[in-house]
Amino acid sequence: MTNSQRLSSGGLIDRGKPLSFRFDGKTYRGFAGDTLASALLANGVKLVGRSFKYHRPRGIFTTGAEEPNALITLRSGARREPNTKATTVELYGGLEATSQNCWPSLDFDLQAVNQLFAPLFVGGFYYKTFMWPAAFWEKVYEPLIRRAAGLGAASGLPDPDRYEHATAYCDVLIIGAGPAGLSAALAAGRAGARVILCEEDFRLGGRLLADHYQIDGETGTQWAEQAEAELTALPEVRIFRRTSVFGVYDGGVYGALERVADHLPQPPVHQPRQRVWQIVARRAITAMGALERPIVFGGNDRPGVMLASALRAYVNRFAVAPGRVALFTTTDDGWKTAEDLIRAEIPIEIVIDPRANVAEWLMKPIARAGTRILLDAVVTDTKGGRSLQAIEVLKSGSKLTFDVDTLAVSGGFNPQIGLSTHLGGRPRWSDEIGAFVPGELPSGMAVAGAAAGQYKLAECLAKGAACGAVAATDLGFSASAQPAPRVADEAIEVKPLWHVAQSRHKAFVDLQNDVTSKDVEIAHREGFRAVEHLKRYTTLGMATDQGKTSNINGHALMADLVGRAVAEVGTTRTRPPHVPIAIGALAGPHVGAHFKPTRYPAGHEWALANGASMVDAGQWHRPRWFTKPGEKDWLESVTREAKTVRAAVGVCDVSTLGKIDIQGRDAGIFLDRVYVNMFSSLAVGKARYGLMLREDGFVLDDGTTARLASDHYVMSTTTGNAAKVMQHLEFCHQVHWPELDVAMVSVTEQWTQYAVAGPKARVLLQNLLGDALDLSNEAFPYMACVEFTWANVPMRLFRLSFSGELAYEIAVPADYGEALLRELMRAGASLGVAPYGTEALGVLRIEKGHVSVGELNGQTTAADLGLGRMLSTKKDFIGRVLARRPALTDPERPTLAGFKPVDSAQRLRSGAHFVPLGITPSVENGEGYMTSVAFSPHVGSWIGLGLIKRGPARIGERVRAYDPVRGGDVEVEICSPVFVDPEGARLHV
Amino acid sequence: MRIPCPFCGLRDSSEFVTIGEASMSRPPADAPEAQIFDYVYLRDNPAGVNQELWYHAQGCRSWLKVARDTRTHEIESAVLARGGAQ
Ligand SMILES: [Zn+2]
Repeated sequence: MTNSQRLSSGGLIDRGKPLSFRFDGKTYRGFAGDTLASALLANGVKLVGRSFKYHRPRGIFTTGAEEPNALITLRSGARREPNTKATTVELYGGLEATSQNCWPSLDFDLQAVNQLFAPLFVGGFYYKTFMWPAAFWEKVYEPLIRRAAGLGAASGLPDPDRYEHATAYCDVLIIGAGPAGLSAALAAGRAGARVILCEEDFRLGGRLLADHYQIDGETGTQWAEQAEAELTALPEVRIFRRTSVFGVYDGGVYGALERVADHLPQPPVHQPRQRVWQIVARRAITAMGALERPIVFGGNDRPGVMLASALRAYVNRFAVAPGRVALFTTTDDGWKTAEDLIRAEIPIEIVIDPRANVAEWLMKPIARAGTRILLDAVVTDTKGGRSLQAIEVLKSGSKLTFDVDTLAVSGGFNPQIGLSTHLGGRPRWSDEIGAFVPGELPSGMAVAGAAAGQYKLAECLAKGAACGAVAATDLGFSASAQPAPRVADEAIEVKPLWHVAQSRHKAFVDLQNDVTSKDVEIAHREGFRAVEHLKRYTTLGMATDQGKTSNINGHALMADLVGRAVAEVGTTRTRPPHVPIAIGALAGPHVGAHFKPTRYPAGHEWALANGASMVDAGQWHRPRWFTKPGEKDWLESVTREAKTVRAAVGVCDVSTLGKIDIQGRDAGIFLDRVYVNMFSSLAVGKARYGLMLREDGFVLDDGTTARLASDHYVMSTTTGNAAKVMQHLEFCHQVHWPELDVAMVSVTEQWTQYAVAGPKARVLLQNLLGDALDLSNEAFPYMACVEFTWANVPMRLFRLSFSGELAYEIAVPADYGEALLRELMRAGASLGVAPYGTEALGVLRIEKGHVSVGELNGQTTAADLGLGRMLSTKKDFIGRVLARRPALTDPERPTLAGFKPVDSAQRLRSGAHFVPLGITPSVENGEGYMTSVAFSPHVGSWIGLGLIKRGPARIGERVRAYDPVRGGDVEVEICSPVFVDPEGARLHV
Repeated sequence: MRIPCPFCGLRDSSEFVTIGEASMSRPPADAPEAQIFDYVYLRDNPAGVNQELWYHAQGCRSWLKVARDTRTHEIESAVLARGGAQ
């Protein structure tokens, strides 16, 4: 297919690099330097989509991220990207795009009948039409709305591309590389400041690329190229092309999205598709320009109607040749479009300007070219089917019709103030330019050029350079004054015309959301008059363009209806992101296995090789159980492991428990204050179980702390609370008691530790260590600890037991962890040793009545856990006073007890609620809940630990363990929480 | 938001953990229960400069007392939180 609508010369496209692409299955040709939008226009494609609500035909309206209409689905398969603006897609060879919102096809859309039912879809229709009955929402309304009024659909497949996060630092961040931004970058860069210049386009220059300017005798494009060359040569200047700054955050932090590979069929090897930058800037200059706004009149949404500045850009930059053109402008700037069309020898039929007076010198060249000029006239309506065919004009009471296929509209300009409002700054109305300009700016930010309402090129260049120089000077660089470039003066007068009241047909305020002038009237009539209410009620300014072309018109219409000035009505403030960002880009590399760090204990590989099934414990992977050949389910493996510990010996990796090394002259005193019990009195070479409270009196954590030397303790914490306890200890030391001579560090990852548990544990260790240590009960009794060296490796041995059996924990530096594990298994081979996982660990501790995560749930007191007597009365400690509050010491509180099913075949479940027998279970008669359960090989049935009112006093009583969620309803007997060896004889053998 | 850690310099707030207001110091062991209750639960929650406790968890592990304006997130100062609120 030929470029039927392409000028034979000119523009910034590379005619030497033709690119083939497909739209809705048809093949077209464009050139390097095109956007998808310009290439479609050059191929005569005007209809590119259907509108959101009424399925009206829509075309290309703008040239940038403000595009409300031309939303397409880019690419296919897993890379399919819905709701992409054709105006921001850089053309590449093989590009594939499809239109949206049309069924069965773009040209013949059955749902365009929605237009006939338009009264149903007026402002607030979501709230009214679909209110009743509520049950209809899920089954009828939602699918209906989704099908009829949705935007494009996601692929539903995993994204094959990668996204990166990166951080950059600079002295001056410049947002936008138009005349103001380039001048600012040159001024700051020449002064030696570290500059980052972000430009959303793939080419620097902004409006210099789209308009005919002369700067110091050169074209605007040439000037931009020279500026780019100079900036590229400055060593401290970085240019980020294809990069949109999307958010302003506290402390000079800016978010930016770099589209690294969006202009390619797929990212090159090892390259991400997109990169999210966090840019930390000491100063920032926003120079994002201004966006033209449309005029609200009948049929202003028809394909062929577009912004005048956009048409100019398509002609000048992209060498697109429109057909028969009319211009409807209420600004001086609009006349430039007529001038440029005439220069490109494109016929312009008529210029309509609602103003009665327009500068003679603006009109003269247009009139000379034979174009008809109508002043004091308005376009009221348009005609056409799938694209524009004619316009209706009202002049002095009489209606005129003109056959045109393109209508350029200029209603004034809105400075891009979005970023200036991200930290709460309120925009300010300027009567002079008839638009909002940035009000109070975030600290460190300046605004230059059209973004500040400075519309003349001379101003953009001068103010940009001034802002750049001021930013650099502020930061201690010396900026030298440069002569201002010479440019011609321009006319920039605007007389805002918000709405053509004489229009008969639907006049659109917001093209993307199909919000018409009538909808604004309805919102007004029904009391939704504040701009934020107007937005929610009509959806004005929502979705992918965030009302960049529609907000001000909507707010001005409302101002008119309430009889106030636009300045008084105000405008909505925006939040990040300024442009849409894929969730994938925000997630960056933190997806799948990289969502959070994974920590593997030293014995991980060995465990995998020996049949371990893994479980996440905190951030660790821990063996849950080890399956032996022939074992048919987890319960069989776990039961075997638990039995092995009770009868012979087992080895369990306990490295993941938090280990905190605490040293200093006052370490004992410090521990006395953070634990409820005494540690300063603990003998060197001994360990003790300790309990920690929060300051509010509830239990924080527990664990064993050993004293290795008079000024050296090593504390263990539960796996899940390791970081929290570390933070708590640092807090207590640094904030409460900085005078104590104590220091602490986490050594969880530095030491690997194995529990060796069971009646044959001592023999196993003797097999391993030989004569290195005397392990007799007399020499190394329960709760003893020692540091020693074996085979030139420093080791620690603790006689601790979580299982209730004769048991030790042996620790080595993590590098020796796996070697130690292999040695332990070798030394225990003749004893029938087995590795055991967290499940068997749980069985053994539940049989012994030891508390763990289920009981240390942040809602239990020491007394609840049967540990009330541990609270020392001889010293102060964290939580001491508030733990004594009446509600925390109420004897009616649920307290730790053991539970057995009356029918020993029945299974218990944790989370079940205890209720008395023979009454209907309800929240009011709940008496507590089951916290941990296990199948106990020792007891021969399921057993549980739980918290029940006055637990210890009710041993022998029966209650119901009621678990309606999982259909559990079991009669249980309350018993002692210690199911094995209640005297503790096995610990001391 | 960036926090000026006295040891590490200006660092991103994502490296820190906050537990909120540094309203008062931990009362002495013999303080009345009401005073300890206030210490644990009562917070002023001002609209303006607030003294807050921040922990540089992914840095030097210092607890800092940070003066932050709750309306603008501007940080006036950050010092070591030794000795609590004083
Ligand atoms: Zn720090």
